[in-house]
Amino acid sequence: MTGDHTALQLVLSADPALMAIVVLSLTVSLTAVAAATLIGLPLGAAIALLRFPGREVMIVALNALMGLPPVVAGLAVYLLLSRSGPLGAWGLLFTPQAMMIAQAILVTPIIAALARQTIEDLWVEYRDELAALNISPPRRIATLIWDARFSLVTTLLAGFGRAAAEVGAIIIVGGNIEGFTRTMTTAIALETSKGDLPLALGLGIVLIAIVVVVNALAWAVRQAGERFAG
Amino acid sequence: MKTRRTVVAFAAAVLLAGVSMASAQDKSIVVASTTSTQDSGLFEYLLPIFKQKTGITVKVVAQGTGQALDTARRGDADVVFVHAKAQEEKFLAEGHGVKRYPVMYNDFVVIGPKSDPAGIKGMKSVTDAFKAIKAKQASFISRGDRSGTHSAELRLWKAAGIDIEKDKGPWYKPIGQGMGAALNTAGASNAYVLSDRGTWIHFKNKGDLTILVEGDKRLFNQYGVMLVNPAKHPTVKKELGQTFIDWLVSQEGQKAIAGYKINGLQLFFPNANDPSA
Repeated sequence: MTGDHTALQLVLSADPALMAIVVLSLTVSLTAVAAATLIGLPLGAAIALLRFPGREVMIVALNALMGLPPVVAGLAVYLLLSRSGPLGAWGLLFTPQAMMIAQAILVTPIIAALARQTIEDLWVEYRDELAALNISPPRRIATLIWDARFSLVTTLLAGFGRAAAEVGAIIIVGGNIEGFTRTMTTAIALETSKGDLPLALGLGIVLIAIVVVVNALAWAVRQAGERFAG
Repeated sequence: MKTRRTVVAFAAAVLLAGVSMASAQDKSIVVASTTSTQDSGLFEYLLPIFKQKTGITVKVVAQGTGQALDTARRGDADVVFVHAKAQEEKFLAEGHGVKRYPVMYNDFVVIGPKSDPAGIKGMKSVTDAFKAIKAKQASFISRGDRSGTHSAELRLWKAAGIDIEKDKGPWYKPIGQGMGAALNTAGASNAYVLSDRGTWIHFKNKGDLTILVEGDKRLFNQYGVMLVNPAKHPTVKKELGQTFIDWLVSQEGQKAIAGYKINGLQLFFPNANDPSA
C-alpha cells in the first residue's frame, strides 16, 4: 500500500496489501469474539441463574469492565507476553495471536454482562416452568442461552463492534508490523502519522463499510433463523 | 438442538483457524526501530530488497528510540535500529547489545509556519533559532517521548544555554507521540517543531509548514544498528539478525540505502565505513 493511491483506488483495484489487512482485521476480531463468546455466554448465563455470595460484586465488576480502556488491556497483555514476562516462553508478543488475546479480554466482559441481563430477563419468564420440570442448572443455562439466541446475536455484534473498532490494545501487543500484524485500525493510525489524511480517512470508510456488511449478514442470519424456527 | 452443536463447532473452528494461522512464517526477525525510519518510507523500500536476497522476513516494530531500546531490553526484539548514540552506548554497556554498527545518517531540520513569528528563517545557527523561539515564547511542539529526535532536541536546548525543564512555559508542548503526529500537531497549531528530514520529505500534510533552519552541523542524525545480546536473551535469532546487520553495512546494503529517493531527493546517507559515526 503506498500513499500515491487513494483509498478508493485501492478498494477498486482489490490491492493485495489492503485485502490482506482486511482479512487479518476480520480474522483477529472474529476469533476474539468467538473466544469471548465461549467464555462470556456461559459466564453471563451462570451469573443470571445462580445465586452465590459475591454475585452483586461480580455483576458490577463485569459491567464496569465493559469500559476497560483498550490501552490498559493492551499493556497488561504486553507485560504478560513479553519475553521477560510470565508467559514470555510462548513467544506470542507481536503476533496476530497476541492481538486476539487482547481483544478477547476486551470483548468477554461485554458479552458476559449483556448476556447476563438478557438471560436474567428471560429467566424471570421461565423460572416456574423450568423449576417444575426439575432440570439441572447446567441444562437450564443451555436451554436459556438457546431460547435467547436471537437477542444474543445483538450482544455478539456489540462485542464485534468493540473489537473491530479498537486500536489501543492491538497496536501495543501486535506492533503494527507491515504484512503481519497491521490491521485496518493500526493502518489508519499509521497513515495519519504519515500525514496522509485522505488515505487514512478512506481506510476508515472501508472499515466502517466492512462492519456494516458483517452486521447486515448477522441480521440476515437472524431473520432466516427466526423464520426457520417458526 | 442439532443447530446448537453446529454453532459451537463453528465457533471452535474459527478459533482454531485463527490461532493456527500466521505462525507458519519462521524465517523472520523482529527489528525494533524508530518511527522516523518507518514514517519516512525507508523500510518499505529496503526490506523487499533484503528479503529477495536472503528470504528473511523483517518485522519492524516502529517506536521511539527509547521505547525501541526498552523493547529490546525485555528480549522482545532480535535487532535494534535506532538513532541516539548516547542511549545506544548505554544499552551496550548494560550488556543488552553485542556491538554497535554505524549505518547511515540524515539530518534534522527546524520546521515552522511560513509566517515565522520568531523570525528564525535562514538562521545558520540552530541554537540561535532555539533562543529566538524561546524569547518570543512561540509555540513549539516537542516529541516528549524519549525518542532519538527528542534526545536531539533536548541536546540543542542545552547547547543554546536554555534549561528547558525549568524554562518551559505554555508555549512548549510535549505531545509524547511519533514524528508524524508531532508534525500534524505543529501544522494544526502554527508551531515550530524539530523533525528528521526523511519524515518531513515523506510527510503529506505539510499545509502551511516549511523548513526554516537547516544545515547546522549540530543537526546531524546518526543511525546505528545492534544485535540484541543472545547471551542475555536466549530467544534472540542471532544468525538471522546478524545476516540483516551484515547486509545493512555491506556495500550492497549501503548502496540500497543511498538509492532511496523521494522526488529525486536522497533521504539517508550511508556511512558504515566511518568508525567514528
